[in-house]
Amino acid sequence: MAAEDQRTTVYKVDPNHPESETLPTLRTEELLLNMGPQHPSTHGVLKVIMELEGERVVKSTPVMGYLHRGVEKLAEDGTYHQFIPHTDRLDYVCAMYNNFAYCRAVEKLLDLKVPDRAEYLRTIVAEVQRIIGHLFWLSAQALDIGAMTVFFYCFRDREILLDWFDELCGARLTTSWYRIGGVERDVTPSLIAKLKAFLDYFPPKIDEYQVFLEKNRIWLARTKGIAVISAEDAINFGLSGPTLRGSGVDYDVRKYEPYSAYPRCEFSVPVGKNGDTYDRYWIRMMELYESVKIIKQCLEQMEEGPIMAEVPSVTFPPKQRVFTNLESMIQQFKLFSQGFKAPPGEIYCGTEAHKGELGFYIVSTGGSKPYRLKIRAPSFVHMGAFDHMARGYMISDACTIFGTYDIVMGECDR
Amino acid sequence: MHPLARRIQETFPTGFVSATEWRGDVAVTVTRDKVHEVAQFLRDDPSMDFDYIVHVSSVDWPDDEERFEVVWEFYSIRKRHRIRLKTRVPESDCVVDSLTDLWRGANFMEREVYDMMGIRFRNHPDLRRILLPDDFNEGYPLRKDFPLRGKGWRDTFEFLDEQSR
Repeated sequence: MAAEDQRTTVYKVDPNHPESETLPTLRTEELLLNMGPQHPSTHGVLKVIMELEGERVVKSTPVMGYLHRGVEKLAEDGTYHQFIPHTDRLDYVCAMYNNFAYCRAVEKLLDLKVPDRAEYLRTIVAEVQRIIGHLFWLSAQALDIGAMTVFFYCFRDREILLDWFDELCGARLTTSWYRIGGVERDVTPSLIAKLKAFLDYFPPKIDEYQVFLEKNRIWLARTKGIAVISAEDAINFGLSGPTLRGSGVDYDVRKYEPYSAYPRCEFSVPVGKNGDTYDRYWIRMMELYESVKIIKQCLEQMEEGPIMAEVPSVTFPPKQRVFTNLESMIQQFKLFSQGFKAPPGEIYCGTEAHKGELGFYIVSTGGSKPYRLKIRAPSFVHMGAFDHMARGYMISDACTIFGTYDIVMGECDR
Repeated sequence: MHPLARRIQETFPTGFVSATEWRGDVAVTVTRDKVHEVAQFLRDDPSMDFDYIVHVSSVDWPDDEERFEVVWEFYSIRKRHRIRLKTRVPESDCVVDSLTDLWRGANFMEREVYDMMGIRFRNHPDLRRILLPDDFNEGYPLRKDFPLRGKGWRDTFEFLDEQSR
């Protein structure tokens, strides 16, 4: 009965209505909406509590931690080498980057110099991983916004590179290919040939993805002017990677604090202007071309040589020697059973992953395990700006914002 | 001493405790009451110009008198230099000034430090647990006295048995 009453009541919406004085006033209130934790566009498990006024977001509170596995605590319980497979599970879409960032941090702690060939290999694989990461991002972002076709095209090409990883290290996603002081194994001529073939095949494909999106009215309407963040705010929130560069801030660790083989390669860092989702998309597309350029230069410059630093107390001996040489076998056994002792001290080392600055802060007290290991995960820092960026936009734009951060909850929650 | 560290020592003679430079990283330790002032100086002084917050972290030293160490890492995008700011906090009074008013990015980072190490941040707008559930009552997991496998809270969860499923 009561429900029927409500339906037939005429509310005082029009002040010029003849009975305006006697009608009841329309009651409005903010709606509290739980988005997630099981929402396909959250790229993992993330809940956002949103206060809505109509369809506009007034305030949003991210609730995180559904994928928290205590990686930082686990790090304190294993040797430095044992932590490498744990890093695969941070950003499980781009495991190579996590390996790279971690190994670089430990090398800084040990003051270890990596041989040239290993540096080139690391750079090549990191850039291949960047291509994979951006392809995955593009497919997911387009899918979230409603463009399904791009997804299949990106995954077709991503598959080629994942098979390449499979041949390189025996795993497609949880790679653990980087080692402290070098890399686990060298590339074979067949791998090089396959990579070269891919580099010829790939650039026209980037144009192909853009054909789908660049002139697509829906794509433009849902990315241009959406989730705008000014350069000042972006810096203040600590954003990094394409999310920061989209706002016109030219900050790239590869250029600012060059490492590995990057100083020996020529590449440009694309920087956006408007700080909206479209600019961040454009930057990532341009970075695909740049990655191809970097890989080509590395392949040209790379020469034969060792792939692992020769520091017996830290690095593993080549497998061949372990089977034939007693000292090498003892070295291998000691490293696996006890690890190595790092000098006491603390370092922070940031690496430019495809999402942003992935950093490791390691405190050592001279033991074989890290005393404290802190991971500066770009996804986590980016989530801190979510409320600021979502305010005033529609509920459906929230999916766009998750996408534009390239968020992966495994890294965010650690 | 690194010029950045010397500048801090000259500006804050009473708050300055020590400075180290190792592997190219400059770290400055200050007293707890001066943290906010020093941070403000780092951000606003034209020769410092640290506009970017990299991370907020904490280290537990159970044998020390002042048990916890809070660590901030700043970067200057224009000047391209880095600095690490540290301070010590005793267990009996686990509070330090929040820097959220200077760098808004510090909000989530400080919440994580509170969640994992139990250090409270004064004037923080929303100091709640962030990665662990709100009803987590085992304490702070990154403290050294917290066992790796937890304190058994998980074992008390009730699960549906095979038959009732």
